[in-house]
Amino acid sequence: MSTENKAMAPPAAAAPDPLEAPFPSRRMMINLGPSHPAMHGTVRSVVELDGETITDLKLDIGFLHRGFEKSCEQVTWTQVFPYTDRLNYVSSVMNNVGFALAVEKLCKIDIPDRAKYLRTITSELHRMCDHLTLVGALGLELGAMTVLIYAMEARDFLWDRLTEICGARLTSNYVRVGGVSRDAPEGWQDKVLATLDRAAELRGEIDKLITRNRIFLDRTRGVAAVPRADAVDLGFTGPCLRASGEPYDVRKAAPYLVYDRVEFDIPVGANGDNFDRYAVRMEELAQSDRIVRQCFEQLPPGDIAIDDVRYVLPPKPEVYGTIEGVMAHFKIIMEGIKVPAGEAYSYTEAANGELGFYLVSDGGGRPYKIGVRAPGWPMTAALGHMVKGALLADLVPTFDTINMIGGEVEQ
Amino acid sequence: MSKAAIQTLAQRFPDAVQDAYEGVGGDDCAFVRKERIAEVCRFAKEEPSLLFDMAPYVTAVDYLGVEPRFEVVYQLYSTRHNHRIRLRVKVPEADATVPTVTSVWRGADWFERYCWDMYGIRFPGHPDPRRLYMYEEFVGHPLRKDYPLRGRQPLVAERDVPDLYRGPGPSGRD
Repeated sequence: MSTENKAMAPPAAAAPDPLEAPFPSRRMMINLGPSHPAMHGTVRSVVELDGETITDLKLDIGFLHRGFEKSCEQVTWTQVFPYTDRLNYVSSVMNNVGFALAVEKLCKIDIPDRAKYLRTITSELHRMCDHLTLVGALGLELGAMTVLIYAMEARDFLWDRLTEICGARLTSNYVRVGGVSRDAPEGWQDKVLATLDRAAELRGEIDKLITRNRIFLDRTRGVAAVPRADAVDLGFTGPCLRASGEPYDVRKAAPYLVYDRVEFDIPVGANGDNFDRYAVRMEELAQSDRIVRQCFEQLPPGDIAIDDVRYVLPPKPEVYGTIEGVMAHFKIIMEGIKVPAGEAYSYTEAANGELGFYLVSDGGGRPYKIGVRAPGWPMTAALGHMVKGALLADLVPTFDTINMIGGEVEQ
Repeated sequence: MSKAAIQTLAQRFPDAVQDAYEGVGGDDCAFVRKERIAEVCRFAKEEPSLLFDMAPYVTAVDYLGVEPRFEVVYQLYSTRHNHRIRLRVKVPEADATVPTVTSVWRGADWFERYCWDMYGIRFPGHPDPRRLYMYEEFVGHPLRKDYPLRGRQPLVAERDVPDLYRGPGPSGRD
């Protein structure tokens, strides 16, 4: 009888479900970092929490500040290249290219076609490395360790190819003012094409693993969304801006090197959330693959640097055999190349967005000022704005999708 | 490409936007009087023919020995019209303050903090005027040309650890 009565009674609407009852919560401040296993690099974030929800976040950066600009002001223009490697150390050739183009803009140099193609090829390979790092780390953060392993495999193959042309995996120091430092070795093209095939396979695996994965979608969709107007106002560039729906890409808006001679598409997102930032990167991997293949088809024979001893070291037989060669070599090494006095801002599309160099030259062999507009800067600055209202567990994946690289943001 | 943009600005603010010139590589630049920079930027953002909706980079330069000593440089970009200009603002050392443009573009926030940290230029009206890279106890501004390259200001006193390769402790090091 009594059980019947219970069954007849209205369902739980009257009495709240004890499992859903709100816990009493209070505001709590926690410190993540500067040295925390889940944070990328040494960044301190002071998070204000209400339960698990982030109500405010303040970032404290500078732990990796090495005085990039101050150091560069003390060395010759050529010696700056190794420093630029350390800006975004995952994709160092792109920093080299950005700086070289800025100096060449001041010097009004046009480099040979083969050098342009080699710069484009190495840049795009490094863009793939950068995006693979991000995708792999994002998977790792959301519990998909396998994704990281696949991404690292693809990235290491690409780095091996870059080692063969640059001599180093990370700090490539490949580009010079007026060209590049060395030509592609024998048989390099076939090796790169084989590596691209393997990287495409691995990319396919990653795509199958997480792009339609329920857990991945739930954790990334709608998290840390930035509307288009906000993204522009906050100064976003690169994949993060494109994920918000603004199709701005320096490679299309102001083509440099050979980007106007190859065909590629600019993937654009709609919501600007973590998932879109991931998806844009995945598509850019495929587009970089396309660009590299086209570049190899078009790669012309010829010089890899301009023939002008004011900017480029003379060939070694000349240095050891003639007095003019020795003098040119000595002048460049000891005094540095003479960059005409003036100021210029040059910008390129690096892996995370617009990489700008604002150079001021006083006509001497050393830079007067090198201002670096690091691509990740505005995104890092906006992190507090982005994660407001998100869960604490979403902070680290968001930090990953904006791809803050300490080397460039903290200089 | 954006000569028209500079002209529009110069016509609208004849007493604030001056000495327009074409820089190396065809960059269009102009000097702006520092008291009016926020106003000029606000107009540049809102005027339909300009629409500079993004400030990709703001930085400063120290021209030591030249009066006025500092310069703050604004790179502006319009995603709508795909054009760029550069505005330069001269800042004297005696009054190293520039009105903030964070109310125009929120993205200028950290760039202005960087200018304060590295060059010691104040931005009255900035919502969060702290240093960006250095710690608050740091004395001086490292990117000023008269700041020594090897100036050391450890937050925690450095210990005198004998170093086999680099000689005696911190006093002789670097």
